[in-house]
Amino acid sequence: MNTAYGLAGVLLVVVATVLIGVIGRISRTTSDFYVASRTVTPLRNASAIGGEYLSAASFLGIAGLILAYGADMLWLPVGWTGGYLILLVLVSAPLRRSGAYTLPDFAEARLESMAVRRVASILVVLISWLYLLPQFQSAGLVLRTVTGAPVWTGGVLVAVVVAVNVLVGGMRSVTLVQAFQYWMKLTALAVPLVFLLLAWRYDGAPGLAADTPPQFAERTTVSVGLAVTVDVVDPVQVVVDGRVDGQPYENGPLTLGPGRHHIAQNTSVTFPAGAEVPHVSDRPATTDRQWAMPLDGHPHSLYATYSLILATFLGTMGLPHVLVRFYTNPDGRAARRTTVMVLSLLGAFYLLPAVYGALGRLYTPELLMTGRADAVVLTLPGRLIGGVGGDLLGALVTGGAVAAFLSTSSGITVSVAGVIAQDILRGGVRSFRAGTLLALVVPLALAIAARALPVADVVGLAFAVAASTFCPLLVLGVWWRRLTVPGALAGLIAGGVLAGTAVIVTIAAGPPEGLLGALLAEPAAWSVPTAFATMIVVSLCTPGRVPRGVARMMVRLHTPESLAVDRGTWRPKRV
Amino acid sequence: MLVTGPRTRAVRRPSYPVTREIDEQTRLGEAYMRSLLRAQLRLAVGLCLVLAAVVVGLPLLFAVFPEFSEKTVLGIPLPWVVLGGLIYPWFVVCGWWYVRQAERNEDDFAELVDRPPSPDDAP
Repeated sequence: MNTAYGLAGVLLVVVATVLIGVIGRISRTTSDFYVASRTVTPLRNASAIGGEYLSAASFLGIAGLILAYGADMLWLPVGWTGGYLILLVLVSAPLRRSGAYTLPDFAEARLESMAVRRVASILVVLISWLYLLPQFQSAGLVLRTVTGAPVWTGGVLVAVVVAVNVLVGGMRSVTLVQAFQYWMKLTALAVPLVFLLLAWRYDGAPGLAADTPPQFAERTTVSVGLAVTVDVVDPVQVVVDGRVDGQPYENGPLTLGPGRHHIAQNTSVTFPAGAEVPHVSDRPATTDRQWAMPLDGHPHSLYATYSLILATFLGTMGLPHVLVRFYTNPDGRAARRTTVMVLSLLGAFYLLPAVYGALGRLYTPELLMTGRADAVVLTLPGRLIGGVGGDLLGALVTGGAVAAFLSTSSGITVSVAGVIAQDILRGGVRSFRAGTLLALVVPLALAIAARALPVADVVGLAFAVAASTFCPLLVLGVWWRRLTVPGALAGLIAGGVLAGTAVIVTIAAGPPEGLLGALLAEPAAWSVPTAFATMIVVSLCTPGRVPRGVARMMVRLHTPESLAVDRGTWRPKRV
Repeated sequence: MLVTGPRTRAVRRPSYPVTREIDEQTRLGEAYMRSLLRAQLRLAVGLCLVLAAVVVGLPLLFAVFPEFSEKTVLGIPLPWVVLGGLIYPWFVVCGWWYVRQAERNEDDFAELVDRPPSPDDAP
């Protein structure tokens, strides 16, 4: 990719974001939310929700995982959209009617307990760190792909821009900006895709049904940025500039025998045409036919698929930045209608990444060797189109990716900084500032320290934790009068500890082999039912601890706003 | 930040009997509330079951009958057509249908609760 064009794309989006933040500061005379709740149309509101929701995992990650793992990964965008359907059906209108602004607010309002509120706050912070970590890592990937800068710089750049914006006060709830971000991301994927498909047709529209793993179509030089260990199946004669298996070469020939090889950083390896693409060592090589079929080629793939479905469908409602956005709806009915529109917008967007993944399998198979499949969206325009057109389209997708980091990270940071300030620190503006820094610094440090992980996998883990904790709390809280304080606490803690342990093991050490590894990498299938069961059983065992105002709260959650009934006096605290 | 509550009527109208029953949490009021909750829950659970049947059924279908995955539509394998395309409009249709039904339940409830007391109800 052309560095200048790519960098221009990054800078344009960053500068625009900061500018809007500063302008937002100037114009913030009344609360954005207050204004928004009266004037924002459902379409703009839905666009804002979509803009905040579509993160780096959606923009870059899905295509990367589809390139690497194939049809099974189609469930990821399906789940991220279906999560909104479940949210619509089970909780959207009641959540809006509760008047809660954050998840801890809802916990306190429904259960009348500060203890539940505090546990909910801690979980919100942990989930958001888990969600921000891969955003920063992929920002590093983007900047590296574009400019060759070290991977940590991208994360730092995003963190600084988000911090400046949140601290200045812009981006905070500027619905218009987030709405614009959705259309920006959609355009940044859709326009290049039209040209990519034309180029693919011109190329004779090759398919992906061969019974061989991906091969280099022509003589290809692969630049390995970060050191990587690969598996070679058939011996292949290559030309190496750099270090392979500890031996230095200077454009020297080398025969890579079958087995494992270590390629040092900043090494380039030139493969002859028709050579099989070596795969990163922890990833099984699959033939194109296996790749195109679901449930093929991996052990435990049926379990992994179901667990992924459960985590994504149930996890969406428990994400920290989703509930806040519902506040811009005037009432419960509008919340429902907006959610249907969000479904349409997400559905339209998620048609695109799978096509990138498939095209990547055809034209950028070397990403399977460098282990940087997440870069496929960024790499394809330059590869297939080339020239100034390719550079411009490359700049467009790069800008879209930066927009994805900034909008999601800002949304999460704002909602988490509020929770940290109010529930963990003392509250007030200074606490909000401290909370902002805390919300950003910890995941940034983790992003730099942790090994590089596929962005959509880590985001998937955040969904699993949300599904194991907040999903039971919200669903039972909205529909079940007999939920008690000890029940809610026990369920939150059980789900949080189980899913959290799985996350820590997976991220720190990598999942172990075999069934245990599958269980830890996709914990939702066992942690979500456990959390639900714990919450229900403990509640039934402590019938005396049902909150006193539950009947009034049910009236508040479920009766339409047109009825003049007593809805109680609870109001969320303000930061 | 300033936060607004759900939009409520600025001026409360004089309560009609049933809303007062709800406000005072009498047994009758509770019965009305339970009927609303039951109607909404039945709708929600019904839709969730349909959704579950589809998302649990599809992987099972692909696992048990691999020949389904082999089928192609316009050269694209069937799983890609379903999961990469058709399922999204289906989600939207489900959501749209749910909203209509949920609003109908609420309207029925509001009509039941908010109607002016008829002469028959007078003591």
